[in-house]
Amino acid sequence: MAEEGTTTTARPEGGPGRPSGPGGRPPGPGGPGGGRKFFRRKKVCKFCTEKIDAISYRDVRLLQGFVAERGKIVPRRLTGVCTTHQRRLSKAIKQARNIALLPFAARF
Amino acid sequence: MQRFYEVMFIVRPDVADEDADKLIANLEQTVTTGGGAIRSTEKLGRRKLAYQVRKFNEGNYVLLTIDADGALIAELERRLRVSEPVIKFITVRMDEEEKRLAKVRAIRATRKKLSAMPPEPAPAAAPAEAAPAATETATQASA
Repeated sequence: MAEEGTTTTARPEGGPGRPSGPGGRPPGPGGPGGGRKFFRRKKVCKFCTEKIDAISYRDVRLLQGFVAERGKIVPRRLTGVCTTHQRRLSKAIKQARNIALLPFAARF
Repeated sequence: MQRFYEVMFIVRPDVADEDADKLIANLEQTVTTGGGAIRSTEKLGRRKLAYQVRKFNEGNYVLLTIDADGALIAELERRLRVSEPVIKFITVRMDEEEKRLAKVRAIRATRKKLSAMPPEPAPAAAPAEAAPAATETATQASA
C-alpha cells in the first residue's frame, strides 16, 4: 500500500540494454537450425529477381517448389522469399489445396 | 459494376463428355442471362486429384473467366453446389489483382521509356484499354 507510485523511474520494459529478439540471433535470412554458422549465403527472393508478378493457384509446378514433401508450406527463411511474395504464395497454395491441385497432407 | 472472376470447378470423371458440355453450356447461359459476360471457357482436361474427393481420384477441370456482379456469382455458385456432376469449385475474384498487375506493367513501361529505350508493348494479358491509358497518365505525371 505504501509503494504504489514511488518507483516510477527506471522500469525496464524491454530495456534499451537488452538485445532485441530472443537472445542475440544473428540477422539475415536462413539461419540454420543447429546454429553452426552465422551467415548463410544471402538467399534472394525468386519472384523479385525473375519479376514474376502474378502467383496463380493454377500453376502447380511453380507452387510445388515451395511445398515440402508432406505438403506443408516451406517457411521463408528456408526459401528466401520476401514477405509480400510469401504471403501471396501462401494464399495461392491454400487456394490450390482447396481445388485439389495440391494436397493438404501427403505421404501418410 | 462488373467484376472479373475466375471460376474453376471439377466435373466427375465418369460423366460422358457431352453431358459435361451440356452442363458447361447451361452455366454459361446462366451467366449471360444474368447480365454477365464470359471471357473464356477452358477445359483443362482430366487430372489426377491431390486427394480423394467423393471417392474419385480423377476429375475434369474446367475454368471459366467471367465478368459478373456479386449476385450473379452467388447464383452461379448455388447452381454449382446443387449440380450433381460438379464435385468441387472455387471462385476467385481477379479484378483487383488485374488492376495491380496493370499498374505494375505501366510503371515498368514508363521506366523503360525513361531509360531512352523503345518501350516494349504491354503483354497481351493486360487489358488493352488500361495499359495505354495508364502509360499516358504516368508519362503526363512524370513530364
